[in-house]
Amino acid sequence: MIATPALIGFAFLFVPLLGMLARAPWRGLSRLLSESEVLTALRLSIECATAATAASLLLGVPLAWALARIHIPGIGLVRALVTLPLVLPPVVGGIALLLALGRNGVLGRYLDRWFGVTLPFTTPGVIVAETFVAMPFLVVTVEGALRTADRDLEEAAVTLGASRLTVFARITLPAIGPSLLAGSILCWARALGEFGATITFAGNFPGTTQTMPLAIYNAFEQDPQAALALSLVLLLVAMIVLAALRDRWLRGTTAA
Amino acid sequence: MHRRTTALTVLAIATATAVTGCSSSKKASPSSPAPGGGSSSSSSAAGVSGTINVFAASSLKEAFGTIAKQFEAAHPGSTIKINLDASSALATQIGQGGPADVFASASTKNMDLVVKAGGASAPTNFAKNVMEIAVPPSNPAKIARVADLAKGGVKVALCQLQVPCGATAAKVFANAKLTVKPVSREPDVKSTLAKVELDEVDAGVVYVTDVRAAGTKVEGIQIPAATNASTEYPIAALTKAPNSAGAKAFVAYVLSPAGASVLTADGFGKP
Repeated sequence: MIATPALIGFAFLFVPLLGMLARAPWRGLSRLLSESEVLTALRLSIECATAATAASLLLGVPLAWALARIHIPGIGLVRALVTLPLVLPPVVGGIALLLALGRNGVLGRYLDRWFGVTLPFTTPGVIVAETFVAMPFLVVTVEGALRTADRDLEEAAVTLGASRLTVFARITLPAIGPSLLAGSILCWARALGEFGATITFAGNFPGTTQTMPLAIYNAFEQDPQAALALSLVLLLVAMIVLAALRDRWLRGTTAA
Repeated sequence: MHRRTTALTVLAIATATAVTGCSSSKKASPSSPAPGGGSSSSSSAAGVSGTINVFAASSLKEAFGTIAKQFEAAHPGSTIKINLDASSALATQIGQGGPADVFASASTKNMDLVVKAGGASAPTNFAKNVMEIAVPPSNPAKIARVADLAKGGVKVALCQLQVPCGATAAKVFANAKLTVKPVSREPDVKSTLAKVELDEVDAGVVYVTDVRAAGTKVEGIQIPAATNASTEYPIAALTKAPNSAGAKAFVAYVLSPAGASVLTADGFGKP
């Protein structure tokens, strides 16, 4: 009784990928992937996703710490707002970013007026869009780890005279290391796949803002074979990500 | 332990929402019969009922919106559903089995692809469009002519080259012997226009009909006829149309004097 829907469920998730592999242009693959536009998009994607992950670590880890350790009224609301981009359609996020940080946006107009900086249609704009969408993945993962982490060691260090920063760097961070890594990988993967917020906020131009998902979307209308080849690259990346996370997820709840 | 499950659930939800960003047009249900279409059914209205799915180029948004209302009034029991997108995207959707009854493209190139694949036969050109420069009402970069778009520091949004508005804009630049490097290649003409409306770019090259439809939200700068380029709009009922009678009736309406007058009123040229 349960086996049938379970099997259908598995097939539903797996068959589309199989379909892609079956129709893949294996023979022309090396030619399709060696075209300069593909390599440009791939490099841009990896660079932007990595920069977005770095930005997420820089801002997201302190945020996760604050959410886990600071107990003030209203922190629950802050947590809800932080996770909002997880459930928000990315294109809505892109419009929100445009209206906040665009040339005419609430904050963006001052960036333009005071510093001459405009984010839309630039590579930093791609990083901003990706960080907006991906950072909550890191925050949620790290916050969970911080909540369940043993605090006795931290308190012991404090009584021995360690400063707050030393405790954070020497005790807390190592304790949540695995979660930090898993959160970063998730964040990076999400940033790499970002489409909606990027095309809305950062536009679409080869070499500047056209990341892999945008290139795939474009290619699908002119050269479906090329789109398929590009998709295979992202599928490979996704499988590598899954392999990196296997200890955490694939073995279910028994993993440490 | 349950933290991990929470994170997984959140991930699942996020992925699901990401996916819903993609548009999906509903399949037509030609089951609903025309309720008492006795008095109003003219000879052309006979047998026309149910949903007619029209895949139309983005630039036809306003004109086809009006035509659809008129058609529905003339054919009680029929519903027009318009799926607006770039003509190139629509051609791909039709090629992949999208439930379309009618295809109205903003260039013969995209229609020819569908015809070649056996999706349609004997398309008819029903309108023509030319390009215009759209700038924000404040005209921040003081654009006055096409040559201004090639200046350094001027932010220009254009359509993708495979999209008719992108291809036609490229012809304009070729005619003017200019090289314009845009900041973005937008997926269709309405998103190019939106970037201008939001004042995020200094200019966009769109159709004259888009500038007219945008009203006061953008300012139009005409391109001299000598450098301007045009694109023809073909329409066809599709071979595999789920609602074949409806498809033929809608195409006939667009080609009729009533359809033509809507198109002319919205700024389209005669084919």
